[in-house]
Amino acid sequence: MIDRTVLSPVHFGALLQALSDEGYQLVGPTVRDGAIVCAEITGIADLPAGWTDTQAPGAYRLQRRADSALFGYALGPQSWKQYLFVPHLRLWQAQRQGTGFSVDTATPPPPRLAFIGARACELHAITIQDRIFLRETFVDADYAARRADVFILAVNCAQAGGTCFCVSMGTGPRVSDGFDLVVTEILDHPHRLLIEVGSERGASILARVGGTPAAAEDTTAAERVINHTAHSMGRRLETADIQQLLYRNYEHPHWDEVATRCLSCANCTLVCPTCFCSTVTDVTDLGGDHAERWRHWDSCFTLDFSYIHGGSVRTTARSRYRQWLTHKLATWIDQYGTSGCVGCGRCITWCPVGIDLTAEVDALRVPVQRPREEEHHGDA
Amino acid sequence: METLERILSTHRFFQDLEPRYLALLVGCAANVRFNAGEFLFRTGEEANQFFLIREGKVALEISAPGRVPTIVQTVRENDILGWSWLIPPHHWQLDARAVEPTRALALDGKCMRTKCEADHDLGYELLKRFAHIIEERLLQARLQLLDVYGKPI
Amino acid sequence: MNAPAVHSLAPQPCRIGRVLPESHDTFTLELHAGDGHNGVAFRPGQFNMLYVFGVGEVPISVSGDPARPDLLVHTTREVGAVTQAMRRLRKGNAIGVRGPFGRPWPIERATGRDVVLVAGGIGLAPLRPVLYEIKAHRKDFGTVTLLYGTRSPEDMLFRRELQRWSAADGIEVFVTVDRAIGAWPGHVGVVTALIPEASFDPLNAVALVCGPEVMMRFAADGLRQRGVRQDAIYVSMERNMRCAVGFCGHCQFGPSFVCKDGPVFAYEEVKRLLELREI
Repeated sequence: MIDRTVLSPVHFGALLQALSDEGYQLVGPTVRDGAIVCAEITGIADLPAGWTDTQAPGAYRLQRRADSALFGYALGPQSWKQYLFVPHLRLWQAQRQGTGFSVDTATPPPPRLAFIGARACELHAITIQDRIFLRETFVDADYAARRADVFILAVNCAQAGGTCFCVSMGTGPRVSDGFDLVVTEILDHPHRLLIEVGSERGASILARVGGTPAAAEDTTAAERVINHTAHSMGRRLETADIQQLLYRNYEHPHWDEVATRCLSCANCTLVCPTCFCSTVTDVTDLGGDHAERWRHWDSCFTLDFSYIHGGSVRTTARSRYRQWLTHKLATWIDQYGTSGCVGCGRCITWCPVGIDLTAEVDALRVPVQRPREEEHHGDA
Repeated sequence: METLERILSTHRFFQDLEPRYLALLVGCAANVRFNAGEFLFRTGEEANQFFLIREGKVALEISAPGRVPTIVQTVRENDILGWSWLIPPHHWQLDARAVEPTRALALDGKCMRTKCEADHDLGYELLKRFAHIIEERLLQARLQLLDVYGKPI
Repeated sequence: MNAPAVHSLAPQPCRIGRVLPESHDTFTLELHAGDGHNGVAFRPGQFNMLYVFGVGEVPISVSGDPARPDLLVHTTREVGAVTQAMRRLRKGNAIGVRGPFGRPWPIERATGRDVVLVAGGIGLAPLRPVLYEIKAHRKDFGTVTLLYGTRSPEDMLFRRELQRWSAADGIEVFVTVDRAIGAWPGHVGVVTALIPEASFDPLNAVALVCGPEVMMRFAADGLRQRGVRQDAIYVSMERNMRCAVGFCGHCQFGPSFVCKDGPVFAYEEVKRLLELREI
């Protein structure tokens, strides 16, 4: 028997306040610079009430809604990864001492965060990154520390984005696990939010706010919202045999075609919620006695990503796009047991030239045409 | 002569060659030896032999004015050396210098050329075998040209 | 499978004992691992990340004796900013060490069998620990052969040791160079041309191959032509490395991370990838 509670928007605001009072820094969606970004927020007033997004390959616009839905949009450019696998991290600092040096690895404790409005695809992405950083040969201590205490308030999507395809990836739109509380926003009168509890921590926060037990019609209305989303997907990724498809087609001529469009700008890797590549830089102060090593997000699209003595392994944009797509959809499965793609569609929206990986995969399914012999005209 | 026949018939280069052709080749073969430092042949000389090295080491060198001669390959026991007897204009294109005391079987190229012209099947069998060696040497030369251990570009 | 270990972040400062030139562009660093601890135990084929204060960090194979973990030996070419800075360090300077990392050569697979080591250029360095280990347990192995190819006689590494192994330790050593001048009495030609000369039994041999990728490809081919089983050949791969612990993504080679799934790979595992461009 799943606990379901209905909250009015005001009560939902109180719920967010309760999280704040509990010591969590709220992180959630807010309108800034013409987009709905992920940022630190103080409460319900910061949420993008009455805003929606229209997305298409290479296009993103905010638009006003006729209602005041709190979560009436799909996804912004950023994901939660920036809070768990942070873009810039000082790994250690070192100080010269005579002819030697000493290393100091002390790091400040991470903030206690509450993610407000995480979508099903995003929770899958977090699970994927958990696997990479916590359950492989080595554990990333910084990720583990940030991840340990995160409170997740998830949201079931009320509309499909213009570019996303969670249904074909099996990652949504329904949030299934990995959450403390999950919300389905119901917009018919009265405007209310159906809440399900996913953990004891979630239950205890909800208990502070109260709310009314959900009636059958609330549950039905919520189901309608989720089903509507599931049936209005704008695209799908055909995943049948996808790993072998990519392994068989390293030299498919279509890679040359994509290469004429791809700018190697790395936008896709920056907005992707599962991309995890990084680099390290070693820096010193002017005196040369204090050194630090920093970790920064990196992208396989950069030319020197694959540099070894004298040259890069992947010099062409063709090979770098191929590397990214093959990793995301094929070698990732060998590495981590799942696809690397959660169908969020960000790479499609935020690609400046609108490359759509679902279309690229379809193109790779077209068999390679063997060169046709020249036709004979009379004597050879 | 019997000993030469056994040497030829057991060498992989002549494997599966019909006994009558083997006998023909034996007729063209002779044992030779070179001291260390002696040349088996020099650039530009008429190419009238090919060699089956039985013992020792031969350096194939190219020389240019103002430069110390460069060794581009060494061949040793069981290697075949020389195909210019088969391919016009039948002149050696490299120097071949014995690095150590070297014994070899020398096969008379002119004699064999005549026999190959007379019997094209024999010619085809020999050409097949030499084509294989040339392919192998070409691939090796290309790998050396790549300079894989050299300073990265 | 072991439980995940906390990510090894911080370099341990180690004192340099000696800096030895090996050739015009190659040098060896000997480090004293530790003030007071047992040293850094490693298996042949593994590598350390070496850090020059304020300059940067690079992966370098360990090329010393695994029975002497207190003396870490690294032989490397001078190819970039970090190795150039390393070359200027002197005895007593400190250098940061993280490691060892990576999957080592499967020497245990060669017990009771013939061993063929095929080394190209600097590839001899990651194979030298194998030779030390074999020497220490010589009777555990059959015929042991080293085939070593390099650019020219001036580029040969570990010259005196090559002679010692050949003379005293029951190891067949064959050396060839890509080119030579005048008085060079040895072989000239690709290292694959040495394969027919060695006396190992191909059906009962394990082959360890290390060098430039092109060379490893052709060496593996040459070994197979000689009759060595494809599943008995191992290679050592190299890719850009930053973290050495499977997080940064730089060293990916197909589905593998060279830092933790390699650098040693079964040839069978990587044969197809070696044939593809820009992988």
